[in-house]
Amino acid sequence: MDEPKELEKFDDKIEQEIRIEPKDWMPDDYRKMLIRQISQHAHSEIVGMLPEANWITRAPSLRRKATLLAKVQDEAGHGLYLYCAAETLNISREEMVDQLLSSRAKYSSIFNYPTLSWADMGTIGWLVDGAAIMNQVPLCRASYGPYARAMTRICKEESFHQRQGYEILLTLCRGSKEQKAMAQDSLNRWWWPSLMMFGPNDDASPHTAQSMKWKIKRFSNDELRQKFVDVCKEQADILGITIPDPNLKWNEERGHYDFGEINWDEFWNVIKGNGPCNKERLQARIEAHENGAWVREAALAHAEKKKVLVNY
Amino acid sequence: MESKPTNIDKNNLVNFTLFLADSSLIMGHRLSEWTGHGPMLEQDIAITNLALDLIGQARNFYQYAAELITNQKDKKITEDDLAYLRDAHEFKNLLITELPNGDWAKTIGKVFFFSTWQFYFYQKLIYSSDKQLAAIAEKSLKEVTYHVKWSSDWVIRLGDGTEESKKRMEKAIEDLWPYTGEMFVPADFEIDLENSVSINVSVIKSDWMEKVKSVFQEATLSLPTETWMQSGGKNGVHTEHLGFILAEMQFMQRAYPGLEW
Repeated sequence: MDEPKELEKFDDKIEQEIRIEPKDWMPDDYRKMLIRQISQHAHSEIVGMLPEANWITRAPSLRRKATLLAKVQDEAGHGLYLYCAAETLNISREEMVDQLLSSRAKYSSIFNYPTLSWADMGTIGWLVDGAAIMNQVPLCRASYGPYARAMTRICKEESFHQRQGYEILLTLCRGSKEQKAMAQDSLNRWWWPSLMMFGPNDDASPHTAQSMKWKIKRFSNDELRQKFVDVCKEQADILGITIPDPNLKWNEERGHYDFGEINWDEFWNVIKGNGPCNKERLQARIEAHENGAWVREAALAHAEKKKVLVNY
Repeated sequence: MESKPTNIDKNNLVNFTLFLADSSLIMGHRLSEWTGHGPMLEQDIAITNLALDLIGQARNFYQYAAELITNQKDKKITEDDLAYLRDAHEFKNLLITELPNGDWAKTIGKVFFFSTWQFYFYQKLIYSSDKQLAAIAEKSLKEVTYHVKWSSDWVIRLGDGTEESKKRMEKAIEDLWPYTGEMFVPADFEIDLENSVSINVSVIKSDWMEKVKSVFQEATLSLPTETWMQSGGKNGVHTEHLGFILAEMQFMQRAYPGLEW
C-alpha cells in the first residue's frame, strides 16, 4: 500500500479509537512524538527515584522505611516498562539512556527540587504523584497500545503511592506542633513546582494540539492543572495546612478555584538546567552509569563464555 | 522515653533475637543505599528487593524481642524503640553487615558471605524450641534461598567475567574474609541457648565453607589463606562505621523523641 492510503487507514483507526500497535504503519512524526514522550516519562521515573531515595536511610520508623523502599522500587519498575514500551518504537534503551545522560532528553523538572525534610516524602506522594496521576489517567486511553497498557499498570501503583503520601502528611498534621510545621513548610516548597508539572499554559504549549489530534493527550495542560487545584484545595483543608497562594479562592461563576500566576521565569529556568538540583541529579545518573560499566561488561563477557561452552 | 530499653535485660533470648534482628537490619540498611544508584535498572530493583526482605526479617525479630521485653518489664516497648533508640554498643549485628558497600563486587561479596551464613543458620533455626523464632526462620528461609542464588550467580559472573571484574572480586574477598570468622564463634548468649533455642554454630561452618568453595571454583576464584579473624559485633564492639550508620538512621527519632510517624 502507498503512503497516502496508509495514512488514511491510520487516521481512520485513530478516529474510531482503535489502538495502534507496534507493527502497524504510523506517521514518522507520531512515532517521534511517542518516543519523546515515553522516554521522557521513563527518565522521569528513574531520576525521580533520587529525591526520595535521599530519605530511605533516614526514614523515621521501620514501617516507613520499608514502604519508602518499596515505593522507590516501584518507580524503577515503571521506568523499566516504559523503556520497554518505547523500545517497541525502534529505539534501544541504550540510546535513550545516552540521550538522558548527554542532556538531549528531558525529564520532569519537579525532580530538580531538593527533599529537605521527612514531610517531603508525604508531599511528593500527595502532590507530585497526584499531579502525575492527573496527567496519566487519560494516557491509559492513549492511541498507542503498549503505552496505554503500561500506563494502566503504572496508574494503579501511583494512586497507591498517592494515598501513602497523603497518609504521611495526615500523621504529621495530627501530630505535634513541630510535625505540623514540617508539613506546612513542605507544602510551601512543593506547591508551585507541582503546578508547573502540567507544563506551560495552553497557548505556549507547542505539542499539545497535534498530540490531542492523535489522541495521545486527551486534555490540555490548563484543564488538568485546574482539576488538580480544585482537588488539592479540599485535601489541604482536611490536613489543616494552607496552600501558599493568596489568590486562591472559589469562583462561583466558573465552578472552580481561581489561583495565582505561576512563576514562569522559574519554570523555564529549571527546564534550562538552573534548578536547585539539576546538576546533582544528572551527575548521580552519570555516576551510576559509569560505575556500572565494568559490571555490565563482566556480565556480558560471562554470558559469552557460557554460550561458547554450550556450543561445544 | 527511655533510651536504653535493653540495658536492663540479661535475658539471653532477647539478646539472641536482637542479634538476628540487628544483623538483618544493618545489612538491609546498607543495601538500601544502592537504591537509585545500581549498575543497571534490573539490578537496582533486585538489590532493593534484598534490602526489603532483610528489613522485613528484622522487623519480625524486633517485634518479637519487643514483646519479650514488654512482658518482662511491664512497660510498652516497640520495634522502633529497639531499632532507633539503642546506641552502637548495644547493637549485636555481625561486623560484615556494617562495612561500607564499596563497589558492586564488594557488595556482592558481602551479600554472598552473609546470605550463605543466614541460609545454613535459618535452616537449623527452623527446629528451634522457640516456636516464634522457628516460624520467622522458616518464613525468611525462602527469601534467603533466593539471596544466596542471586549473589552466587554474581560472584561467578564477576569472577569469571573480565580481567577487571576478577580483580575487583578478588580484592573484595580479600577485604571481607577477616569478617567471616565471627559468624561461627558463638557469643555467650548463643552458648547458653545452644541446641535448644539456638543452633550449634560450629556445625554450620563446614556447610558454609563447602558452599563458598564450590561457588569460588565455578567463579575461578581461590580461597583466601588462613588469616586473623575480626570479631566483636555480637558483643557490641563494632567498627567505626556503625556509629555513622546509626547517626543517620536514628536522626529523626533522636531529634523528635516520642512522636508518631
